[in-house]
Amino acid sequence: MINILLFAKYRELLDTEKLELDADNIDSINDIKNHLSQLGAAWQQVFEQSNLLVAINQQMARLDSPVKDGDEVAFFPPVTGG
Amino acid sequence: MFIRVQSDDFELNQVKEYFQQYSLQHGAQIGAIVSFIGLVREFQQQRDDKEQVKALTLEHYPGMTESILEQIAQQAKDRWQLNDLIIIHRIGTLLPNDNIVLIATASAHRQDAFDACQYIMDILKTSAPFWKKEQTNQGARWVEARSNDQDAAHNWTKSDPLDD
Repeated sequence: MINILLFAKYRELLDTEKLELDADNIDSINDIKNHLSQLGAAWQQVFEQSNLLVAINQQMARLDSPVKDGDEVAFFPPVTGG
Repeated sequence: MFIRVQSDDFELNQVKEYFQQYSLQHGAQIGAIVSFIGLVREFQQQRDDKEQVKALTLEHYPGMTESILEQIAQQAKDRWQLNDLIIIHRIGTLLPNDNIVLIATASAHRQDAFDACQYIMDILKTSAPFWKKEQTNQGARWVEARSNDQDAAHNWTKSDPLDD
């Protein structure tokens, strides 16, 4: 299983804080994006955002970064702390 | 290093006490302390803006936030001659004029403390996973990232560390 986390605006838009995804057929962040985009129009809209950020196991990653079974993958908008 | 993500408030006198303790424990000579406190603004831009902020909610990514703050602190210690440093960032619901963030750096001479303090703040703004949601008199909205924050962070990465 891959543990997916969503934060801030995306968590609200999709009304989802976390979900699990079967790791079969998933090799990269792009595969996760394509998979989740099929869940509905709102999901498709979020995963089309050009400034979408992603972290794997709490380290910043890229859309072509590889993922494996057991990874924690988080999607979030640009950060606005401080 | 003292790094905390907390809902509780903080006081500026914690800074002096912390570095005094550090000096005693390490026999270190601190010649300069620089501190920065970020506060909640009531108006996003100018006072004639219609949108008045009533409250701010800060969300973060537990675990990753602390690890990114530690990485930023370590980068600052690698780049400047620092005795020690403090980063405290608040989460939860805050009101106008409330404290949000405290950065404090201690060094033998002032320039290292000034530069490191600004560096930590600039990099935190664009890389630590915090998100602000404002409750305004016109409704609630997520704060958008600003390009001048990106520029400020970028300025530190393009200059050669050997020039400092």
